[in-house]
Amino acid sequence: MSLLDLHEGQQGVLDRLELPEEAARRLMELGFLPGSTVVAAKCAPGGDPRVFRVDGAEIALRSATAARLKLRVPAPATPEQAG
Amino acid sequence: MKVCRGCNSVALPSRPRAPRAVAIVGPPNSGKSTLFNRLSGLRQKVANYPGVTVEQRLGRARINGGGEVVLIDLPGLYSLTPRSEDERVARDVLSGEMRDCPCPEAVLLVLDSTHLARHLTLAAPILGLGLPCLVVLNMADELRQRGGAVDIEALARELGAPVALVSALQGEGLEVVRSFLQRWGAAPAPAALPVLYDVPRCRAWASRVGQRASYQAPAPSLVTRRLDAIFLHPWWGVLILAVVLVMVFQAIFAWSRPLTDGVQALIAFSGARLGALLPASPLRSLLLEGVWGGVGSVVVFLPQILLLFAFLGILEDSGYLARAALIADRTMARIGLQGKSFIPLLSAHACATPAILAARTIENKRDRIATILIAPLVTCTARLPVYTLVIAAFLPERPLLGPLLGTRAAAILGLYLLGFLAALGTAWLLKSSILKSDPTPFVLEMPPYRRPTLRALADRLVDRARIFLRRAGTVILAIAVTMWLMAHLPLEEERQPPIEHSFVGTLGRLIEPAVKPLGFDWKIGVGLISSLAAREAIVGTLGALHGLDPEARTLGLQEALRKDLTPSGAVALLVFFALTMPCLITFGLVGRETGSWKWPLLQFAYMGVLAYTGAWVAHRLAGLLG
Repeated sequence: MSLLDLHEGQQGVLDRLELPEEAARRLMELGFLPGSTVVAAKCAPGGDPRVFRVDGAEIALRSATAARLKLRVPAPATPEQAG
Repeated sequence: MKVCRGCNSVALPSRPRAPRAVAIVGPPNSGKSTLFNRLSGLRQKVANYPGVTVEQRLGRARINGGGEVVLIDLPGLYSLTPRSEDERVARDVLSGEMRDCPCPEAVLLVLDSTHLARHLTLAAPILGLGLPCLVVLNMADELRQRGGAVDIEALARELGAPVALVSALQGEGLEVVRSFLQRWGAAPAPAALPVLYDVPRCRAWASRVGQRASYQAPAPSLVTRRLDAIFLHPWWGVLILAVVLVMVFQAIFAWSRPLTDGVQALIAFSGARLGALLPASPLRSLLLEGVWGGVGSVVVFLPQILLLFAFLGILEDSGYLARAALIADRTMARIGLQGKSFIPLLSAHACATPAILAARTIENKRDRIATILIAPLVTCTARLPVYTLVIAAFLPERPLLGPLLGTRAAAILGLYLLGFLAALGTAWLLKSSILKSDPTPFVLEMPPYRRPTLRALADRLVDRARIFLRRAGTVILAIAVTMWLMAHLPLEEERQPPIEHSFVGTLGRLIEPAVKPLGFDWKIGVGLISSLAAREAIVGTLGALHGLDPEARTLGLQEALRKDLTPSGAVALLVFFALTMPCLITFGLVGRETGSWKWPLLQFAYMGVLAYTGAWVAHRLAGLLG
């Protein structure tokens, strides 16, 4: 699962960034750290790029990048989180 | 005493009288520049750091008790890791290793209090520098309004440095900053600092510090979400962007009319008054035709350019520009560029120089260079006087779409389209060949919507007006005077030569073979050369050349043009101008901004070939069609 699979309002916990080190670092500085909660927000008309809310900021990523940010697969016992 | 390597002597501590320097550091969007403007007012100087493309902003702030400090506004940073050019510059300035820059003795660290947990990450490397530091938590008003809070005393204890909660925009809490500038204390003594180059650890440290200072992040702004629901709506969003763009164009071309006319009248009036004061002499002619006419023809564009910047300023300060870039990204991606290129290409409709400066926000270097290279192909306002003159001389006005669109407006629109398509095509060409992109991901931070303030807008406009007028007073002035001298020299029997014998005439004859295939005569050729200084200069040059030509003296400029140019030559001239080489100011700026003369040379050659070929084809086609 990646950020791309989140619908607007859904959230997930970031597991890893499958990006070159430089790019990953840049995103980490913006708040995309493994373990942080990311909420999918609006997207541009046409669906790409998409805006994600992380650590109180809203950051737009192209789908190609969002697909490389993998989410933790939720444990089966996790209570359902409202979007 | 602090050792300051490579520093300019101004800031050396051995000179007791030199004002001390303070650096302003902060992440992008933290309101750093607003604070800088607040503190220094209009006493600013903008230049480039030597050898790099990063803008150096120095200001002077008065402090209580009569003294002054020099403020250095550093570029926005997320960390001090020297990866981007901005970050390298910031590190060098802070460590006193930057040439021609005063060595800062203290730091104002500006953080957005509504994003404190994230912004505190930058505090670690800054405090680690060991310079006295005031941590300025900006946007205090917004934090309060949205129900956030922070214990600044606890934060000061954690960071081992004084903390001020301010709103630079509203001018709130600035006394604390001013008294810090007057007298700063010792170096900071933070409770603990993380390993500096480890991003996750820095983040963990930042959130721990935030917790200890009982930081409560503000509730997400409801206004921002509601506005985004409209501005990023699948249909409304696109429609609103289209309306905004039309309004920007309307502002440049229609609403600025009275202002432009006013400035023009003022220049003409003052020129006439000046002429009446001076006795008839070559000096009078130089002052009136050369200086007043030459500089005046450029100053006329000031209202248009300021209006465009007012619009862009409002769009940027309100947070809408980031949304516009987001919406445009998909379309820009098709030609290999990205959403951030959209803003420079929009500004380029006023003038290529602000567009090239606006390209600084593009982090991907290749995208940035591609944007800079295509910006001069977009039709700038300086080409309008040329279009207007030639079209008015050759194309009779007839309605095409009732009262909405006439033949002349349609011709101008067509030329805009030609330039724009050439820009898009060139972008595609560049991005699929020499500037194929490296995989830096597109990242765009969406700032919350804010109400733009008049004060911040005024600061921007004054800044722009100053840059523009400085250019008019130096480069344009020099060209105008050179043109005048070349048209009046060499003296023949101590009298002004006929225009054909002047330097300009000789030059014109020299280049005539080159421009003849396009249907131009030597006067147009000289006009083209003068247009390299500034596009609109060709109008003034043609005016001067015809005014000096006894045969044409009786004719108005439009009639004179009809005499010199065939209709197919006129079409060629218009096409040439739509695609023409960048003006010299743009040329210089591109060199400075790309850090290499290879790019402006390539751009110049490419656009020159494009313009020449385009004009030649247009001349032939128009000739065939009659």
